[in-house]
Amino acid sequence: MAHWYCVLGGSLKEIEPHFHELARHSSDRKHQSAATSAKNEEKRNLSLGGHVGFDSLPEQLVSKSVTQGFCFNILCVGETGIGKSTLMNTLFNTMFENEEASHYQNGVYLRPRTYDLQESSVRLKLTIVDTVGFGDQINKEDSYKPIVDYIDTQFENYLQEELKIKRSLFNYHDTRIHICLYFIAPTGHSLKSLDLVTMKKLDSKVNIIPIIAKADTISKSELHKFKIKIMSELVSNGVQIYQFPTDDETVSEINASMNAHLPFAVVGSLEEVKVGNKAVRARQYPWGVVQVENESHCDFVKLREMLIRVNMEDLREQTHARHYELYRRCKLEEMGFKDTDPDSEPFSLQETYEAKRKEFLGDLQRKEEEMRQMFVNKVKETEAELKEKERELHEKFEQLKRMHQEEKRKVEEKRRDLEEEMNAFNRKKVAAETLSLSQPVKKDKDKKK
Amino acid sequence: ISQTSEKEYVGFATLPNQVHRKSVKKGFDFTLMVAGESGLGKSTLVNSLFLTDLHKDRKLLNAEERIRQTVEITKHTVDIEEKGVKLKLTIVDTPGFGDAVNNTECWRPITQYIDQQFEQYFRDESGLNRKNIQDNRVHCCLYFIPPFGHGLRPVDIEFMKALQDKVNVVPLIAKADCLTPLEIKKLKERLREEIDKYGIKIYQFPDCDSDEDEEFKQQDKDLKESTPFAVIGSNTVVEARGQRVRGRLYPWGIVEVENPSHCDFVKLRTMLIRTHMHDLKDITSDCHYENYRAQCIQNMTRCVEMMSVFHSPLAPLSPPCVYPAPLQLRRMQQMLQKMQQQMHEQEL
Repeated sequence: MAHWYCVLGGSLKEIEPHFHELARHSSDRKHQSAATSAKNEEKRNLSLGGHVGFDSLPEQLVSKSVTQGFCFNILCVGETGIGKSTLMNTLFNTMFENEEASHYQNGVYLRPRTYDLQESSVRLKLTIVDTVGFGDQINKEDSYKPIVDYIDTQFENYLQEELKIKRSLFNYHDTRIHICLYFIAPTGHSLKSLDLVTMKKLDSKVNIIPIIAKADTISKSELHKFKIKIMSELVSNGVQIYQFPTDDETVSEINASMNAHLPFAVVGSLEEVKVGNKAVRARQYPWGVVQVENESHCDFVKLREMLIRVNMEDLREQTHARHYELYRRCKLEEMGFKDTDPDSEPFSLQETYEAKRKEFLGDLQRKEEEMRQMFVNKVKETEAELKEKERELHEKFEQLKRMHQEEKRKVEEKRRDLEEEMNAFNRKKVAAETLSLSQPVKKDKDKKK
Repeated sequence: ISQTSEKEYVGFATLPNQVHRKSVKKGFDFTLMVAGESGLGKSTLVNSLFLTDLHKDRKLLNAEERIRQTVEITKHTVDIEEKGVKLKLTIVDTPGFGDAVNNTECWRPITQYIDQQFEQYFRDESGLNRKNIQDNRVHCCLYFIPPFGHGLRPVDIEFMKALQDKVNVVPLIAKADCLTPLEIKKLKERLREEIDKYGIKIYQFPDCDSDEDEEFKQQDKDLKESTPFAVIGSNTVVEARGQRVRGRLYPWGIVEVENPSHCDFVKLRTMLIRTHMHDLKDITSDCHYENYRAQCIQNMTRCVEMMSVFHSPLAPLSPPCVYPAPLQLRRMQQMLQKMQQQMHEQEL
């Protein structure tokens, strides 16, 4: 930080806003652009007459961040059983609780766990995100999607917080993934097809460090060939992995040499084995003991140096300055925001926002109208249908009534006919009776003669 | 029980020697299939087993090329000889298995290949000239399970289930030098449990006869209890304990492939080559092949029965695929005639 101020020159008043901006990672882009234009104007180097004291600024920054506590989020991507949990336990020298995952998950899902660690007055809020079920399915075409979605969600949450009116960024628990450790299976040949596909999808969203897991199954010569093959495959497919920064002189040398050792071949273990007169973390085999912290056995120490002791802060910065910014820009562009409108006049976020809101409300109203229309139409249709049905029923009723009357008439006719017949029969009967009454008198007369 | 010792010596006690002599003259053949994902050491193990280098100029694919890879079947045949006994060894390799991103039904080419060999043999067996039948049937399939997981994965289960009725499946734990003895024990127990649970029929060693001696029985028991075998292979010879052995050189020690306390390679070799090779062949021909044949014929009879209702009684039968055995043919014709009779009776 110290050399920055000398280059800028100028009075302390000019410098302070820049400093605070850096410290709080504020999202006021205009201020930044104004600052750079100020820098390009005039560089005046002033020499100080005595000791002013602003060389304590880094210490102030450090003490502030120590009181605030640090936050770090690691994403572990790798097949089930490849050693992710064991490596995390070994790296942080703690037994994080975890159950063995099963191979029979239907899909990939992410399991974040947050822990509060402390080491000599420095507090770290560590979040470890595990990918459960990765690489187990028969069809792995969609395996990368839950991972990408998770990373995007964390970015989205941060963006939402940034865009709030009343926001509290200093208090915000940053869940954005700072580093993705990609665990490569030690086949000794090359990357798996799934590895290539997944890393390609992740390289623009997160810092990736590829590591070779369970490296105690590869001999030295095979390991050398394997590393070269992996790096060449990554390069030829355009996968961008995290490069340890070499711009800061104090660490550039070690970082540059470490870059050449990628991917790190690691072995993890929490068990301790007695070697010589010390108990070291190791794995005991019938043919020998693999010591985790022995640099000629594996690259665990290198990984720990790079990841935790040297570059943790740089990882956080890269996540914020590069990956998050990319996400934010894409997201806002999607929503229709631009930095400059067609006339190259700088847009204000407010105006664009208002315009968008109006458009959205207009859309909403239109949709409501449409729905209402549809509803009215539907009602009319149903009414018409019902009327039609009513008419049909009525007709049927009339028809039935007519039939009924027809029947009745016929029955009446028949009844009349029957009555007539009965009457005729009765008459004939009466006639026959009267005839028979007069007949026997005649008979008697005949007989008497 | 005839007391042959009292009678004159007949001489059929020399039969085993005759069998031995004839078989040496004829020579043996064996087809071994290896299956599993790339990078599990299949080729290295085969080289170690048969002490030859079968894969001299192999071209391994890049990860990018493997994204949509399909499974191929490659065959290497070598003739090897030991103490006058000739063996024609065929190794069937399955490059590409499980390597693509989408591995749905990636075992289909493998099952098709096995069925093809059965069909070929069936055809040859039913043919007229059976002098020189070549037996290309797969006698054993070594399936490599990766040691990096916690047990069987879905693709392992599906593969073994698809092949259990077609070939003798012998599961192996590959690259066992990444597991400590305790981890190996746990993994073997887990695998045995899961194989039981999912009803996967792997190759079972035949029980030894009750009149074998105790040492042999103990050996047999040990063998059975250490399945699935955890193997390590190597293409290089290293110097260990004053001897030159096949092994892997690490900064922390030397893994000897043939050391029984390092891995089960010796057990596998004993089982596969020295004691059970013929049993594998027998089970293939008595069990798996017979199943295939019976199913094939059943399918054909069903087709023929359906067709016969529309055909005239004594029309020459032309089955679509393979000629059935003459006995079957006569039986089918008899059935046909019976059916025709029944139909006539019904009509009258």
